[in-house]
Amino acid sequence: MAELNIRERQAGDITVLDMDGRITIGEGSVALRSAIRRLLEEGKKNILLNLAGVGYIDSSGIGELVSSYTAINKEGGQLKLLSLTEKLRDLLTITKLLTVFDAYETEADALSNFK
Amino acid sequence: MTEQTTRLVLPSHIEAVADAAAAATDFVQNCGLGEELAFGIDMAVREAVTNAIVHGNQEDEAKKVEVTFNCLEHALEIEVKDQGEGFDPSAVPDPTDPANILKTSGRGIFLMRTFMDEVDWLARPEGGTKVRLVKKF
Repeated sequence: MAELNIRERQAGDITVLDMDGRITIGEGSVALRSAIRRLLEEGKKNILLNLAGVGYIDSSGIGELVSSYTAINKEGGQLKLLSLTEKLRDLLTITKLLTVFDAYETEADALSNFK
Repeated sequence: MTEQTTRLVLPSHIEAVADAAAAATDFVQNCGLGEELAFGIDMAVREAVTNAIVHGNQEDEAKKVEVTFNCLEHALEIEVKDQGEGFDPSAVPDPTDPANILKTSGRGIFLMRTFMDEVDWLARPEGGTKVRLVKKF
């Protein structure tokens, strides 16, 4: 089984990536990077990462989230996070990245906050 | 409690990080520590071994990373040794500083310090760096 499985779906002009697994150095980080690059190439710039199934992330994975955020912003898009697990929320809090990312508890709330 | 020690010698490629983490998980369980400590120890071991492989040994397959787990009476002590050119942790900027917040790397040491009670680095006389991680319980 892959370290990180990513399933893609559309909600209007917003692309939702349902992620399941771990975002760690190597396979998991590469999978996220590849997915974001491909979406940007396809002109899909509004992206919601559903992290409900991501129970573990390391510094490389955190770096990949930051890289995704800056790449999408550069293209004039938006990246938002959905359903952070408790551990992931803790990590983004201690690294102060929750001051950067928009994170939501419900998909409806997240989708309604894309401009 | 009987003191226990486990020693791993790992190749310098990224896949070995998962092997070190798996060994850490087993050792934490054998040491009798709970889930609440296991997450942070796993994280610290992953970051220390990643640094040893990527920044220390520069992913040179000819170089090894050695990880030693010691379960002491009131602490878990982990040592990660590389064969690199040395490392100055004070040269790594604070990743939570607003000037660095959007950097895509540089959080590993911060996470190690967050989850462990003691983290220190030692230049090895024979070359390379040893990082020592301690979690008290």
